[in-house]
Amino acid sequence: MRQILERVLEAARREGAEYADARWVDRRSQVVRTKNGKVDRVREDHSRGVGVRVLVDGAWGFASGSRTDEESLMRIAAEAVRVARASALRRSDPPVAMASVEPVEAEWRTPVSEDPFEVKLEDKIKTLLDADRIMRQVEGVKVARGSIAAFREDKIFASTEGSYIEQSKTEVGAGIEVLAVSGGEVQRRSWPASFGGNWAACGYEYVRQLDLPSRAEQTAREAVELLDAEQCPGKVTDVILGGSQLALQIHESCGHPIELDRVLGQEASFAGTSFLTVDKLGEFQYGSEAVTITADATIPGGLGTFGYDDEGVPAQRVTIVDQGRFVGYLTSRETAGRVGLQPTGAMRADGWNRIPLIRMTNINLEPGDWSLEEIIRDTKEGILADTVKSWSIDDRRLNFQFATEVAWEIKDGSLGRMLKNFTYTGITPEFWRSCDAVGNKEEWQLWGLPNCGKGEPSQAAHVGHGAAPSRFRNVKVGVGRW
Amino acid sequence: MVGRDRALSIVTKAVEFSEADQTEAVVRVTDAYLTRFSSNYIHQNVGEHNVQLSVRVALGKRLGSASTNAVDEQGIRECVQRALRIARVQEENPDFASFPAPEPIPEVGGYFEETAECTPDRRAEGVARIIDAASSRGLQAAGAFSTAAAELAVANSLGVRAYHRWTTAALNTVIMSDEGSGWAAALAGQVGDIDPQAVASRAIDKCLRSAHPAALEPGEYEVVLEPAAVATLMGFLARLGFSALAVQEGRSFLCGKIGQRIVDERITMWDDATDPAGIPMAFDFEGVPKRRLSLLRRGVAENVVHDSFTAGREGKKSTGHAIPGGFGEPMPTHLFVASGEATLEEMIASTRRGILVTRFHYVNPVHPVKTIITGMTRDGTFLIENGRVTRPVKNFRFTESILNALNQVELVGKDRELHGGRLGGIMVPALKLRRFHFTGVTEF
Repeated sequence: MRQILERVLEAARREGAEYADARWVDRRSQVVRTKNGKVDRVREDHSRGVGVRVLVDGAWGFASGSRTDEESLMRIAAEAVRVARASALRRSDPPVAMASVEPVEAEWRTPVSEDPFEVKLEDKIKTLLDADRIMRQVEGVKVARGSIAAFREDKIFASTEGSYIEQSKTEVGAGIEVLAVSGGEVQRRSWPASFGGNWAACGYEYVRQLDLPSRAEQTAREAVELLDAEQCPGKVTDVILGGSQLALQIHESCGHPIELDRVLGQEASFAGTSFLTVDKLGEFQYGSEAVTITADATIPGGLGTFGYDDEGVPAQRVTIVDQGRFVGYLTSRETAGRVGLQPTGAMRADGWNRIPLIRMTNINLEPGDWSLEEIIRDTKEGILADTVKSWSIDDRRLNFQFATEVAWEIKDGSLGRMLKNFTYTGITPEFWRSCDAVGNKEEWQLWGLPNCGKGEPSQAAHVGHGAAPSRFRNVKVGVGRW
Repeated sequence: MVGRDRALSIVTKAVEFSEADQTEAVVRVTDAYLTRFSSNYIHQNVGEHNVQLSVRVALGKRLGSASTNAVDEQGIRECVQRALRIARVQEENPDFASFPAPEPIPEVGGYFEETAECTPDRRAEGVARIIDAASSRGLQAAGAFSTAAAELAVANSLGVRAYHRWTTAALNTVIMSDEGSGWAAALAGQVGDIDPQAVASRAIDKCLRSAHPAALEPGEYEVVLEPAAVATLMGFLARLGFSALAVQEGRSFLCGKIGQRIVDERITMWDDATDPAGIPMAFDFEGVPKRRLSLLRRGVAENVVHDSFTAGREGKKSTGHAIPGGFGEPMPTHLFVASGEATLEEMIASTRRGILVTRFHYVNPVHPVKTIITGMTRDGTFLIENGRVTRPVKNFRFTESILNALNQVELVGKDRELHGGRLGGIMVPALKLRRFHFTGVTEF
C-alpha cells in the first residue's frame, strides 16, 4: 500500500498540488443487541477506501473512493486537484498556509488484552440475555435492552511532506437500558451511560469488567421507581452533576467552543460558532478556580486517544482552562498557522470518505479534592442528577439546557426522594463560574461518547471526557410546564 | 454511479451466493459532492464515491446481517458468509415472519442528469454569487452547496428486484454581520431549480433586519413560525410517535389514540415518497413499494408506519417505511403538511404582540411521550407588534409540547417549502400559533 499511496501523492503533486495527503482507512464494527429476551440485532459492518486531500494554490480539495486499486486512486487524486482548483474561485485571503510539523514515520495501536472480534458471539449474547432476564423480572418493565459493540479502525496516513503513519484503533462499548411504562408515563434508565452504555478504547476486558448483569436489577428498579417519582419542581438551587452527565456538559459547553475552526467561523452555517473568540485567549474567566480542563489525547483508554491525528501531528495533552482561566484551543495545522498557535493534533476524519476536522480528543475536567459523599454532606439544599437524557445549546455555545434520566433531592446534607424529568439550564461561563466542588481522583472516570456530530457532510467522532461528580451553585432547574 | 444492471447484479449475486432460507441484499451507491464556505471563501470542498452492500439472511427465524463496500465477487461472497456465520450462532427471533414478497414498483422519477453531472466549478460559481452579494454589503457568508446522485437496489430470495436512482441539490447560507445573522436554504432534485442569488437575498435581508437585537423576557407569546421552523416541529412529531415500533413498545403519544383528534383540525400530514414535489423514492430499504399514507387528517391520527418486522408482529402488511441498516425502526421520511389560506404577511398583520421565528436550532426531545422538545431560535427572530414586525430580538430557548403547540393553530400558510429530512424531506407551510412557550433567552 505504501508504494501505491506514494505514487498517488506524486500524481497529485504533478497535477499541481503544493501539498497532498492520502488516508487509507479500513473500518469494521460489530454490534450485538438484545431486547425483551430476544436477540434484536447482530450486525457486522465493513467499509474501506481512500481519501486524498490536496492544497492547490492555497485552496483545498478532497476526493475519496471505495475502490482502492491504483488506477481508481489516480482518478481520485486528479479529482481532488480539480475540486481544489474550483475552490480557488473564492480563495481565502491570505491563502491557506499550514503550520509546519516534522514528518513522522511511525506505528501506533490501541493496547488490547482480549480482541473483542475474537470473543464468541454466543458469549456476548449470553451476557446480554442474562442481564435482560434480570431486568424483566422487575415488575413494570416494558422494554429491556442491552448492547455490546466492537469497533476497529486500521489506517495509513501518508503525506507529500514525507509522513507515513500506520495506526490501529480498537474500541468497545456496552450497556443496558430499561423503559418503564405506566398510565401514559414513560421513564428510561440506562447503565453505565445512555449512548449505548459506556465506551473505551481497549479490548473486551472492559466489557467483562462492566459485568452488565450485576447492575441489571438496580437499573430496572430505578426506571420503575421513576414512574411514580415526584416531578422536579421549577426553582433555583444547587446541583451536583454525576460523572456521565458532567461528561456531556463538558462536551457541549467546553469541548465544542474550543474548536478553533468553529471559532474562526468554519461551522457557522451548521451548528454555529463559539463565544470563546480569539481575543479571549488567556484573558477570559471561563470558570471558577476549581475548574481546570485539559485536552488529553494520550490518556489510556479514551475514545479520543490515538498516536497521531489525521494530519500526522502527534497526540498531545494541552491545558484548556487553568484554574478557571481560558488558555487553550484545539487546533489544526491550518487554523494554528492562521492565528499564530501550535497544532494540537486534533484533526480527525470520520472514515476514508471525510476530510479531517478539528475534533475533541479527551476533554477532561481535572479532579478536585472532594468525595461525592463530602459534596452531598456539604450541600444544605440541592439536587443530585445523572445520566444524559436530552441536550441542547445555542449556536455560540452559551445558553444550554440538559435533562437527566434521574435525580434525587438533597436536604441538609442527605439524599432524599427521587425526582423525575429533571432539567437544568444556564449560560456557559456563569455556570462554570458557579462550580465550587469537584470530585477527587477516586471519583474520576473516563467516559466515551461515540456520536459527536460536526460538519457538512456530517461526521461522527468518537471522543472522551474525564469527569468526577461536581457541584454548581444557584442553577435554574425544572424548566417548562409538566 | 454504477447503473441499473451493475447495481442489480451486485444484489442478485448476493442472494444467489447465500444458502440461507431467505436472503435480502441492498446496495446503496453514492456520488456526493459538497462545497462549503465561510468568512467569504471556500474552505472545504469534497467528493465521495461509495457502493455499500448490506445483506440479511434468515435460517428459519435465526437472523444475521453484514455489510461491506468491497463489492467484487469475493467481497460479496465474504459479506454473505459473515451474515450466515452470525445467523448460525443466533437465537430464534419469533418476530421474524418473512422478508417482503415482490410487488409492482411505481415509476416516480427524481433523477436529473443536470444534478448528477454538476461540476465543482458550477457549485463554486453558485457559492461565489452568495459571497459576492454578502461581501458587497460588508457581510460575511457561510454555507454549503451540495449535489448528489444515488442509486438503491434491493433483491431478495422471494423475487424482489427493485432499482431506483435519484438526485438531490441543497444550498444553505448563514449571512453574518457583527450585529446579527440571517439564514436561507433551498432543496431540490434538480440543481437548476436552486437560485443562489435568491437564497443570498433572503439571508442578507434577514441579517440586515436582525442587527442589534433587544432582549425580551421569556414567556408565552403568539408566534408566527416560518416553514423551516414548522419543518422541525413536524419532523420531530413524526419521529417521536408515528413508528409502529414506538406504539408497540408503549413509548408513542399515539398509543390508544389512533382515530382520535390529537391536534387542531387544520393540521393534515401524510407521507408520500411518490410525490415529485418532494425528493421521490420508489420503494423502501426492503424493496416494498412506496405509496401515500395518511398520518394526520384534520387533526385526527390515522396511521403509523410499518416495516416488515413491525407489520409481521401485527399480521399486517408493511407500509414501505423500512430505513437503511435493517432491524431498525420504521420511519416516515417523505412528509407533507397541508397548506392553508394565509400569507405570511397576513399572519404577521393579525398578530398583536408575538414573535416571528425564521428557524429553530439544536432541538432535542425532553420527554418523547409528552412530545416535549427544547431548542433555540436562530438567524432571524423578530418582535411583532400591532400587526407589524418592529424589531429583532435576542434568541429564545423554547421548551414546549409539540401536541400542545399544534392545538394552538390559528392560521396555516398557503405557500409551502421543501426542507431537508433524513432521506426525503418535509414539505411544510408557515403556521401561526396562539401560544408558544419560550423558557429562556441567550445573549445574542
